[in-house]
Amino acid sequence: MQALTNRAKQVDRRPMTLLERAYLPAIFKGMSITFGHMFKKAPTISYPEQTRPFSPVFRGLHILNRDEEGRENCTACGLCAVACPAEAITMEAAERKAGEENLYREEKYAAKYEINMLRCIFCGLCEEACPKDAIYLSETFAPANFQRKGFIYGKEDLLIPNPVTEPEAYAKAKGGRVTVK
Amino acid sequence: MLLSIDLPLIIEKLVLIIVVVMSSLVIAMYATFAERKVAAVMQDRIGPNRAGPGGIFQPLADGLKLFFKEEIIPNFSSKFLFILGPSLAMLTAMMTSAVIPWGDTVTLFGREIHLQIADINIGILYVFGVVSMGVYGIMIGSWASNNKFSLMGGLRAASQIISYELAMGIALIALLMVTGTLSLRGMVAGQMDGIWNIIKQPLGFLIFLICVFAECNRTPFDLPEAENELIGGYHTEYSSMKLGFYLFAEYINMFISSAVMVSLFFGGYDIPFLNDGHAVEKIGQNWMAVAHIFMFLFKAFFFVFFFMWVRWTIPRFRYDQLMNLGWKVLIPLALFNMLVTGAVILGLQ
Repeated sequence: MQALTNRAKQVDRRPMTLLERAYLPAIFKGMSITFGHMFKKAPTISYPEQTRPFSPVFRGLHILNRDEEGRENCTACGLCAVACPAEAITMEAAERKAGEENLYREEKYAAKYEINMLRCIFCGLCEEACPKDAIYLSETFAPANFQRKGFIYGKEDLLIPNPVTEPEAYAKAKGGRVTVK
Repeated sequence: MLLSIDLPLIIEKLVLIIVVVMSSLVIAMYATFAERKVAAVMQDRIGPNRAGPGGIFQPLADGLKLFFKEEIIPNFSSKFLFILGPSLAMLTAMMTSAVIPWGDTVTLFGREIHLQIADINIGILYVFGVVSMGVYGIMIGSWASNNKFSLMGGLRAASQIISYELAMGIALIALLMVTGTLSLRGMVAGQMDGIWNIIKQPLGFLIFLICVFAECNRTPFDLPEAENELIGGYHTEYSSMKLGFYLFAEYINMFISSAVMVSLFFGGYDIPFLNDGHAVEKIGQNWMAVAHIFMFLFKAFFFVFFFMWVRWTIPRFRYDQLMNLGWKVLIPLALFNMLVTGAVILGLQ
């Protein structure tokens, strides 16, 4: 059979010589290798004091976005819930009342918006489906919890801080996110 | 008739026993920690470093964890044997420490105290006898587990230990011909300020070393407790402190075997390149004894490190390769060593 490359090495099937059968030279060679490894620097990262940097497109926890005036973008259209392959998103819509123009962008908003982090697979399809640029996936992990109900994140857990009232927290939460207009 | 009890002697021996037992336990405890650290640096990672500064309290955390675990005793006939297994293993591990010479003599309170619990004149033979009893601990534990796989592990362990004891004994006969005494104290005294036995008996040392690896169930001979072959081997069914005893007994065995090897072949507490006789006159006997103890422990710790070094380097033997090595390679080699030693001694006379 014709070999595809010329990197194949013929297996050495010669019987062991007396020196090889004594095992000892091979053992000493191995021991010198392990001894050498003792003095090399370990590539271990001491989490949580040190962390590895993530790429800016890393898919982590969800964030519900606001626009520059601090109004919530989400209109509870339900496209993210339909797009989600794990059916992790549920929402209930509500109508915007007269005095709430500074809170919500459009007449319809999400009164209840819940993501079940145990179901979510962090695929990012909700981010791609949203027409209002309202949900995106940030760079943090989902932290651990003792009970299942602690993993159902409501709207308050997901909303980004208001850029008008808390500008520093907003800037920090936005991070290095790349936005596509 | 009145029995005159030599009270100072009893107190002296009791103190020695307590000190030796406590330090063996502490050393074995930190040997578990050292094993993990040594394994880590050889594998390009850092070992446990969270419990206490640099991970110093890790063995305490392990011991506490074992205490808190649930004591499971399987539902079968002999509860007594189940508990006896690890107890025997621990007992024989500690009993061997009685004849090791830790240092020369110390003069305290007007008494000359030998730094050895029992200076019997059959020293090394006693060590052999007790180590042979150690196999009972494993056999009883595996039998009492009521489990096919534990029994297989126990059988392998027993046959391995018995096979390698033979070669060890024959290698020791050659050493006995050279030193002329079985007492460990006598052997060390014969090496003080002289030539260490390793130079007189290099092949004997090699055979003894390989057999000690087999006796302690250390890689490459750790088939009895091979995790990926027999689940846990003879300690599958054990949990909590009984398992702790088995594992601990292994480390104590390791330390004591290193100490025995140092006494037999590496001059015991002899400080190399230093004339101990002259040094005693300079700094006094008690300080010399302290220096001796440090030297002895340093050598023993080097051997414990050597055990760990070999463990994380080579894979383990298959069972038939193991028996092959013990019977067909080591025993003829040991016999050859004995004959050559005898011939050389006769020739030199």
